[in-house]
Amino acid sequence: MLKRVGIKSVDELLTAIPKDALRPKLGLPAGMSEIEVQTHLEALAARNRPAGAGPFFIGGPVQRRYIPAAVPVLALRGEFLTAYTPYQPEVSQGTLQAVFEYQSLLSELLAMDVVNSSMYDGSTAVAEAAFMAVRATGRKKVVVAREVFYQFRDTLRTYAQGPGLEVREVPTRDLVANAEGAACLIVQHPDSFGALVDVRPIAEAAHAAGGLCVQVTEPHASALLEPPGGLGADIAVGEGQPLGIPMSLGGPHLGIFAAREALVRQMPGRIVGETKDARGTRGFVNTLQTREQHIRREKATSNICTNEALAAITAAAYLALMGPTGLRAAARTGVAKAHALAARLSSVPGCAVALDGPFFDRFQLRTPVPGRDLKHALAKENVLVDDGLHHEERDGIVIQCTEMTSDSDADALVSAVERITAGTRETVAAR
Amino acid sequence: MTAIRTQVVPDSGVKTAAPALEPLLNEIHEAGRAGRHVRGSEDADALIPNEFRRRASLDLPEITEPQVVRHFTHLAQLNYAVDTGMYPLGSCTMKYNPKVNDRIAALAGFAEIHPRQDDDTIQGALRLMFELQELLAKLTGMDAATLQPAAGAHAEFTALLVFKAYHSKRGDAARRRRVIVPDTAHGTNPASAAMCGYTVTTVKSDSRGNIDLASLKAALGDDVVGLMLTNPNTLGLFEERLREVCDAVHNAGGLVYGDGANMNALLGVARPGDLGFDCIHINVHKTFSTPHGAGGPGAGPLCVKAKLEPFLPHPRTTRDTDGSYRRGPTPPDSIGRVRSFFGNFGVLVRAYTYIRTLGEEGLAEASNDAILAANYLLAQLRDSYDVAFDRPCMHEFVLSASRQRKQGASALDVAKALIDEGFHPPTVYFPLVVPEALMIEPTETEPRETLDAFAAAMVRVAERAKTDPASVKAAPLHAPLARLDEVSAARYPRLRWQRPT
Repeated sequence: MLKRVGIKSVDELLTAIPKDALRPKLGLPAGMSEIEVQTHLEALAARNRPAGAGPFFIGGPVQRRYIPAAVPVLALRGEFLTAYTPYQPEVSQGTLQAVFEYQSLLSELLAMDVVNSSMYDGSTAVAEAAFMAVRATGRKKVVVAREVFYQFRDTLRTYAQGPGLEVREVPTRDLVANAEGAACLIVQHPDSFGALVDVRPIAEAAHAAGGLCVQVTEPHASALLEPPGGLGADIAVGEGQPLGIPMSLGGPHLGIFAAREALVRQMPGRIVGETKDARGTRGFVNTLQTREQHIRREKATSNICTNEALAAITAAAYLALMGPTGLRAAARTGVAKAHALAARLSSVPGCAVALDGPFFDRFQLRTPVPGRDLKHALAKENVLVDDGLHHEERDGIVIQCTEMTSDSDADALVSAVERITAGTRETVAAR
Repeated sequence: MTAIRTQVVPDSGVKTAAPALEPLLNEIHEAGRAGRHVRGSEDADALIPNEFRRRASLDLPEITEPQVVRHFTHLAQLNYAVDTGMYPLGSCTMKYNPKVNDRIAALAGFAEIHPRQDDDTIQGALRLMFELQELLAKLTGMDAATLQPAAGAHAEFTALLVFKAYHSKRGDAARRRRVIVPDTAHGTNPASAAMCGYTVTTVKSDSRGNIDLASLKAALGDDVVGLMLTNPNTLGLFEERLREVCDAVHNAGGLVYGDGANMNALLGVARPGDLGFDCIHINVHKTFSTPHGAGGPGAGPLCVKAKLEPFLPHPRTTRDTDGSYRRGPTPPDSIGRVRSFFGNFGVLVRAYTYIRTLGEEGLAEASNDAILAANYLLAQLRDSYDVAFDRPCMHEFVLSASRQRKQGASALDVAKALIDEGFHPPTVYFPLVVPEALMIEPTETEPRETLDAFAAAMVRVAERAKTDPASVKAAPLHAPLARLDEVSAARYPRLRWQRPT
């Protein structure tokens, strides 16, 4: 090959590189054989406590859900896994149709007109929804409920530094009163503590003030609860990880992004559309691309290029396998187990469900000891829960249930909470 | 193209009028099928107050598992992928994705951990991320790294927020409102600048394919945030006056952002940190062999010089004196988080596995071979196509099909004809500065005989453009579909399945 190029060494091709910078010593370790690298990484993996290794009640945007065996078998096929963005539709119909199926399934689930082919995760979907509302309304103020997942609010605040948007955080109950002049009201239902929120008056207030309503939601919740499209949301966003995607310490996941049809040309990200080929056969292509960075550059609706297409394909395979029956069953199981557990934990002295109204498949528990302390004490007993989810005003632990929550896990949690809080009361009494 | 079936017999129950390669899920729906993976009692519905319950119908398709498996298998078979053939998309680095990386990422200890678990319960994962931060900093000649960004464009936006915070700390942010990009830049660069509220100044390239230094200097001023530069640039060329370029930007008080899309040319060859860049992102889905996943997920770690470290997003992983690993405290000047949690961890595990497998020597060899492969192909294609800027390339090069266009076959036609030759086409019409651009990146993982076969196919297509351009325009004939009507797709958008009326 060198001969064909007409050189003796590759270095002859590198004359543009300053001599003093050429071929630096990096100080990296030497390579390993496959068996060595596998052994090394198995050892690292063994130092992590996987969810299945004991009682597990952590949730929120990332949830431990049952993944049917066929999901990874299909989604991780090499033809999906090792393909690029479908720039050449004639040889990418697998990707394009699978993403179109994802868009169709999600728009049915959320009762929204249009779903894009994915954002990075739920948090950036929220931030992009705010940007989209700003574009659509010409306003620069965004109002977000404090009961939106804190990771999503944090990300929104970071993104807002870019164009210099004003982000106001208020309790959900105060959203309506803050609609004036807002590009959008961002509400989460069910909220980060699991509470059910009446979205309709919030959407109405946003619309009456000339703004949009952005609803943050969860896919399983939409199987049982009236979906965003029925509640008046103009944009629906959320974390799609529970749709068959492994937790993987928070990524790669799936940013769900849906909107009303009238807003489609303001949407960020890729969208797949149906068309025909030159012989009249149905096929699929990336469409409405004049919104996108590779065409419009600085005038694009977003800078997103690489997205989470494989996660969208995974979600499509998951929903196809589960069907409406399976999806409802998974959602119902989480709801039932959460309510049963809430009742049992409420009977522990000093503990109470910290929600005024109805909740879905997770709930906050007010505890006689600070949430963080209880979380650590439970972790010592190999029972994993989350604490107050970084809400400024509310302390306690948050319990997430899904179809993966077993009865013995629930028993273990209740008896551990009883034991730890009783011990604490004795300590306090002894003082 | 033998791997791709040209005809799929649709399952029974197809209800669409149009003939289809594979029916849609909704078209093979039959009520009462599927949904047996999880059982759940309807009693739970009573726990949800009536006013919150779903009233909208939920018409998700019901399909048996074997049908679903065949459906997605059929769809997969309609795709061209690295696993099925050479994929020479310029700027995309479609190298082979080692399977061991996928197996490691799927280990329960990596795949079944939650980001809200205590640090004590994820020590292996934190150590992996800490080491990856260090490895990436060493590879790029930078001082610190964040693993948070999910993709290259996400890293660009992150870096520009970091630049904004840096200038702000120096009391200089209000007047610095302009970002400079060369005319060869990826579209994400100006789009990221716009998301930061910045205006964009585009600087032209010179006759050797470098950013034009005189034009750059003329564009610089005390209102400039910085320059976004890809090196090697999107022409596959190493910037010949790179240090002068970086110095000029620094002298104007600006910062230099490295778009690391082409880092696959530089492993062990040169470090951006030694060349004048203040930061650089890495597309691990390009450089470090993580699969592109039909468009994503990727990961876009951002490596920076020490002066920018205080502004990086949190959380980042730190090592305590006792050897344990923690998510570090939030520095006061951090821009905040740019997404939930740590980053695309499952992708980062694959990248770490790849780096540890190849080691220092193997990574340098990879870049060396990538550069050699590109020059080898260029040597074989130089006579059949116009070369945009004829000097030694790095890991990719750009041809022009202007000659073929005059003969009656455009770059797009050439691309489609290559499909019939059994290859995925190169990137076309990018960079924008080259008319009828064909941007070719073979990568280091294609054997010589595959490179030869690809070159022969390119030469055959060039011959056909000369003798029978109409046949090139008619391509592809052997793909699952003929050319698709993108114009009517955009004019009459059908963006979801609709019940036949």
